[in-house]
Amino acid sequence: MTKSELIEVIAKAQNHLAYRDIELAVKCMIEEMSQSLASGERIEIRGFGSFSLHYRPPRIGRNPKTGETVALSGKYVPYFKPGKELRDRVNNRYQEELARQEAGLHTREGQAG
Amino acid sequence: MALTKADMAERLFEELGLNKREAKEMVEMFFEEIRMALENGEQVKLSGFGNFDLREKKQRPGRNPKTGEEIPISARRVVTFRPGQKLKARVEAYAGREQ
Repeated sequence: MTKSELIEVIAKAQNHLAYRDIELAVKCMIEEMSQSLASGERIEIRGFGSFSLHYRPPRIGRNPKTGETVALSGKYVPYFKPGKELRDRVNNRYQEELARQEAGLHTREGQAG
Repeated sequence: MALTKADMAERLFEELGLNKREAKEMVEMFFEEIRMALENGEQVKLSGFGNFDLREKKQRPGRNPKTGEEIPISARRVVTFRPGQKLKARVEAYAGREQ
């Protein structure tokens, strides 16, 4: 699902806001989340997860083309930790899929025999 | 201080003029639709921000950290986040300012 598909599903799920408002709202939310991380502030969404910054210490890198070594300074990278509800919903559905596949196999075996 | 759903709803109220109820619903729906796509096994790509990907993990040996007892960690599907180039660059710029 892309950003524009996300805008469309939200538009279908509700009927009181104009498509344009939903588009602006989604862009506004993504921009606010980016700004938050860019200013070093965490994001905490209950049931979804939290975003924070992880520090990567300075290291000696190498230019893959020339083989030259380059000193790289320490930096921060965004990190996402899924929340319990998201983890459980994603995994529960997966377990159901696995169980269905398993049952399907048995049914086919039964029919074949 | 961390950014929360309440902060995001407040911003929609201030910047886009949604009423408070609409703003709150919009934020809820945003995260719920992303959760539903992931639940359905679909990757979510938010350009400028990053991708939420799904990975299937095989069963692996685990241990109860309290008792030391060996218990296998069952096969599962997990969500991972890959920040996009734009977000990575913005976050790195912050680190630059700090040093």
